[in-house]
This record gives sequence, structure tokens and C-alpha cells, in this order.
Amino acid sequence: MHEMGVAMQIVEIATASIPGHLPGARVAKVNLKVGKLSAIVPDSLTFCFDVVAKDTPLEGARLDITEIPVQAVCNACRNEWTIDQPAFSCPACNSGDITLLTGRELDIESIELAEEE
Amino acid sequence: MLLDGINAIRACHHKEGHPHHHPHAGDAPVETHSHGGREIKVVRRVLDANDFMAGVNRKRFAEKHVFVLNLMSSPGSGKTTTLEKTLQHLMPEFRCAVIVGDICTTQDADRLAASGAPVVQINTDEFGGDCHLAAHVIEKALGGLDLDALDILIVENIGNLVCPAEFDIGEDKRAVILSVTEGEDKPLKYPLMFRVCDAALLNKIDLLPHLDYDIKLAAANILQIHPNMPVFETSAKTEEGFTPWLEWLRSATREKLG
Repeated sequence: MHEMGVAMQIVEIATASIPGHLPGARVAKVNLKVGKLSAIVPDSLTFCFDVVAKDTPLEGARLDITEIPVQAVCNACRNEWTIDQPAFSCPACNSGDITLLTGRELDIESIELAEEE
Repeated sequence: MLLDGINAIRACHHKEGHPHHHPHAGDAPVETHSHGGREIKVVRRVLDANDFMAGVNRKRFAEKHVFVLNLMSSPGSGKTTTLEKTLQHLMPEFRCAVIVGDICTTQDADRLAASGAPVVQINTDEFGGDCHLAAHVIEKALGGLDLDALDILIVENIGNLVCPAEFDIGEDKRAVILSVTEGEDKPLKYPLMFRVCDAALLNKIDLLPHLDYDIKLAAANILQIHPNMPVFETSAKTEEGFTPWLEWLRSATREKLG
């Protein structure tokens, strides 16, 4: 539901990441990491991104989304596992005292510039 | 897309799963080469502008000794009534104020103002009809409040179980209200909301005699997402079950204010 705002932030951050010594450079691809415990619907984000990228150096750029699984560690028994069901207790010792290691990412990893024409 | 197609959320909550790499705008991009065009490393959280502003808010609340609760729920779960009753009980003891977010109308603010607490209404219409309150929106709303004259600030977020969970606003605690008319499975469908909150209310229990609702299952589902979280069974209408909820709030406030 907030994909439009997220897409605008992506365009802003990506535009600011174009090196100053390359004025006029265009972005061909944005590499994004999205955790599976994320409100982001990739199709919606891609749609919004295409809209907000218009008339920016990112117009026509591809949004490459890598999904990151939800990894957790148990603070009681140090077991590490991947959460793939909506259940957040340790499968080894049943403790609820856990820490999520990954799965909440919404990070721009890198941008790829278009070949100069 | 969480967990087999469940539409869930990621949050910029500082407790877990949130690597604190926050690079700053001044960090020089690192250029590397890949096939095709030139690749430039960025490695930035998309929402880091919000996280930064949430940090600014949090620092301000700490300096002013104000406890801040972010109250979230789906529309119609009883947030405003819960808040009205909560204010009635807390007001003699603590100086309270409310920031209330809605996409349109000031009806909630009008209701809450009757409590005597200062109320700031935010209509996100101005911000593009946003589905959540972002940190900079809260920062703007603080202009209408005298933080020196406050102990507790409650933010009634936009009715939505998805987006508000994702936006840190600088609060101390988060609570979510689920009403017994919403279905026992909601915590499993919106796991991050229940994951990021510190307490949950199962509200409208006065309706239970009229419903085919398994409140034990609803509570168990909340605990499946967030083991050990306090779950309060309440009726904002009759105030049944309010005592433990109010006690939790008082205790969290005292912990902050000392």
C-alpha cells in the first residue's frame, strides 16, 4: 500500500548515488534486497517504480528484486533456522526468546549505469 | 509476500533483524565493474530517511521526558473508544496528549478532545492520503504540542494492519488492537504488526456472547507470532479487562519517566 512512497525513495537514493563526475549518466538497473517479512509486493513496487522513474535518470531502468529469507537465532539454545511459516518460536527448544537475523531488508544494494551511447 | 504468499510487512524496528549499517549520504559510492554497465555499490536502507527522523523524534521525547505510545489496528477495531477510556483513567495521574491520524475527517479528534487532553489531528490527505504516519509527519504535528507540559503522548495511527508496522516514528512502545469481530487468523495474516508490537488488545469482548469466536485461538495466534507478548482481553465499551492494560501502560510510562 505504500509502494509508491518506497518507489519514490528508491529513485531519490539511486539518483543521488550517480557519481558527480558522470553528469547525464542513466541508470539501467537497481538491485534491491527485500526481506520476506516485508509489506512490499514486488509487482506493485515495480509498477510504481516505472511510474515515478519517468523523467528521471532512472526512466526505463529495471528493478531487480532479490528476496531474502527470514533467518532467526534462538537466544536460549543458539539454534539458527529459517522461518517459513507464521510461527516464531524455536523449533529445537520451543523458546520464544528469538532474534531475527534477516528477513526485514528493504535495501538498495547497487545501481548499474547504462552503457554510454 | 512473507511466508508462502502471506502479505506481511517489514519494519524498521530497532530490536531485531535490522542491521545498523545506515550509511550516510556522505559515504562515497564504491564503483565496481560488472558485465554491461558500471555497477555502483549503494547499500542503503530505502527507508533510512524515515529512520533518521524517527531518531530525531526519539531524542526529543527523551529530552522532554515524554513516554510515547504508537497505537495501531485495522479500521473499526475500537482504537478511538479505547483511547477515550484510557485517557479518562490516566488523565488525573499523567498529563496526556494525543496525535490522531486519519486520511480524512476530524471526527476522532473531536471525540478525543472531550477528554480534555490536547489533540492534534493529522489528515494524511495532505501527504498523498498515506496509509500510515511517517516520522516526519509526527515531527510536524509536535509543533502543535507543548512537550514540556506532557508525560504521555499517544499516537493513534491510521487504521491499517500493514503499513504502520513498517514506519518507526520514535515511539517507546507499540500496541495493536484486534477486535473479536475480525477473525482469529488475523495475527497469522499480518505477522509483522504483531511481531513489532509490545502489547496486544483483544477488544470488544462484550460482543463474545453474540459471536462464534474462539478468543483462546486468537490469543494463541498472537503468541505464535510474538511469544510472551502481553495480550489484554478488553471491552472499551464496558471497560472490562481494562485494569491490566492500564497497569501495563502506567508501568511502561514510569519506566521511561523514572
